[in-house]
Amino acid sequence: MIHFKNVSKRFPDGYSALNNIDLTIEAGEMVYLTGHSGAGKSTLLKLIAAIERPTSGSISIGGQNIAQLKPNAMPFLRRKIGFIFQDHKLLFDRTAFDNVLLPLQISGFDNKLVAGRVRAALDKVGLLKKEVALPITLSGGERQRLCIARAVVHRPAILIADEPTGNLDAAYAKDIMGLFQSFNQAGVTVLISTHDAALLEETKCRILELEQGRFAA
Amino acid sequence: MIKAWLSQHWRVFIFTLKRLVSTPVTSLLSIIVIGIAFSLPAGIYILTENLQKISGQTVGSPQMSLYLKLSANENDINEVRQQLEENEQVIRYQFVPKQVALQQLQQNSSLADVASGLKYNPLPDAFIVDAQDSTTEALKQLQITLQERPEIDHVQFDAVWVERLNALLGLGRTVVLLLAILLSVAIIAVMFNTIRLQILTKQEEIEVSRLIGATNSFIQRPFLYFGATQGLLGGIVALCIIMFSIQTMNNELTEIGRLYTLNLHLQQLSTGDNVSLLAFSTWLGWLGARISVASHLWQIEPK
Repeated sequence: MIHFKNVSKRFPDGYSALNNIDLTIEAGEMVYLTGHSGAGKSTLLKLIAAIERPTSGSISIGGQNIAQLKPNAMPFLRRKIGFIFQDHKLLFDRTAFDNVLLPLQISGFDNKLVAGRVRAALDKVGLLKKEVALPITLSGGERQRLCIARAVVHRPAILIADEPTGNLDAAYAKDIMGLFQSFNQAGVTVLISTHDAALLEETKCRILELEQGRFAA
Repeated sequence: MIKAWLSQHWRVFIFTLKRLVSTPVTSLLSIIVIGIAFSLPAGIYILTENLQKISGQTVGSPQMSLYLKLSANENDINEVRQQLEENEQVIRYQFVPKQVALQQLQQNSSLADVASGLKYNPLPDAFIVDAQDSTTEALKQLQITLQERPEIDHVQFDAVWVERLNALLGLGRTVVLLLAILLSVAIIAVMFNTIRLQILTKQEEIEVSRLIGATNSFIQRPFLYFGATQGLLGGIVALCIIMFSIQTMNNELTEIGRLYTLNLHLQQLSTGDNVSLLAFSTWLGWLGARISVASHLWQIEPK
């Protein structure tokens, strides 16, 4: 599903975030990405969604080489991916419902036909009763879950989460990990970056550890 | 597929109207600016159009006088008559024999003494010709054609003031064109700035939409609709301004016309003119938005 071959990313200021990364994630896999902050976790995730471009090497997603992706094909790649951003990137001028509706509007669905899908996604993350709430009135954990609902509402093949449990207490974090597991059981390829050691102890999934832009041995 | 596409556009349109209503003062002000900017050239345009109509009404169809040579005989007269018959420019003509001309002269009281003192008739036979075309070029052409005939001594028509009026109307049209160009640029600038401010306030939304797979046309659409809608509403304001002004002026003109026993009356813009004005204002609004979107959207790249 996701193939990195000899991928490096160097920023214009000379900072080298990733060095010669080789990586394969199969369809339906659930993988954790760990490492200290600044190890290159976020950069790696952004490369998959073509938010950043690699300096060298090739990346293919679902058989599509995204280094050669034309700008007008980029939106369609991103629609295959559900991305949970570290800083949430919720829109504060609209309700929880409308936030989750956005990906479906972007894909060109009719509002009336997809209200059920929006509510199903909200229900899945336990926010059905908050559909008319504005994000500003939601707690940190609720915002995180809203962000997850928005990432899965259009049923992406790949789900990427950048530090999804960053500011949450342990019980909340466990809840959210449970959500990811259930998406994975439904066949979604899941890639989660975290530096939360407690979460990693319990998991049977593959763990990739980044250290200064390389995978630790 | 088409239905989904249409419903998407409809949704954007409704969204645009809501956005216009949500900031009533700002929207109203820019719509009025556009309206006034449009009403100026359109107003001058309609004045020149009306001036031309009024001038046509006073002149009637242009008239030309043909004076034959004194030596002209019956044959010559018939030949000229023949040619006037055949000329397409001539609507009708009237033959005035020299005897009739002399009688008319004698009936004129102030000149009766002079006329009765004449030993012979000094007046030539004449034709009075009504020409079809009122443009100066066509009249001149007719004059030259007739002048070439040997039996015609002189062709006279008062072209000078027709020429002057046409020159003035031409000037009016140039002013309309220049004003229209300048104010169109101004409208594009106004729209450019309005959309720029909107893009700045929507920066977050644009960035997030990009991140979750929005195409450029999806992102641009609301702004383009906004520009086009404001353009259209500005056009409607311009039409209202023009209609109201003409109505007001007509009230005055009727009074002046009554004093001069003229039928003075300004005509409103034709339906065709109205439709083109609205289409043009809509297009300008769209264009301003399009330029603004093209120059600002690429600056917002997701991080």
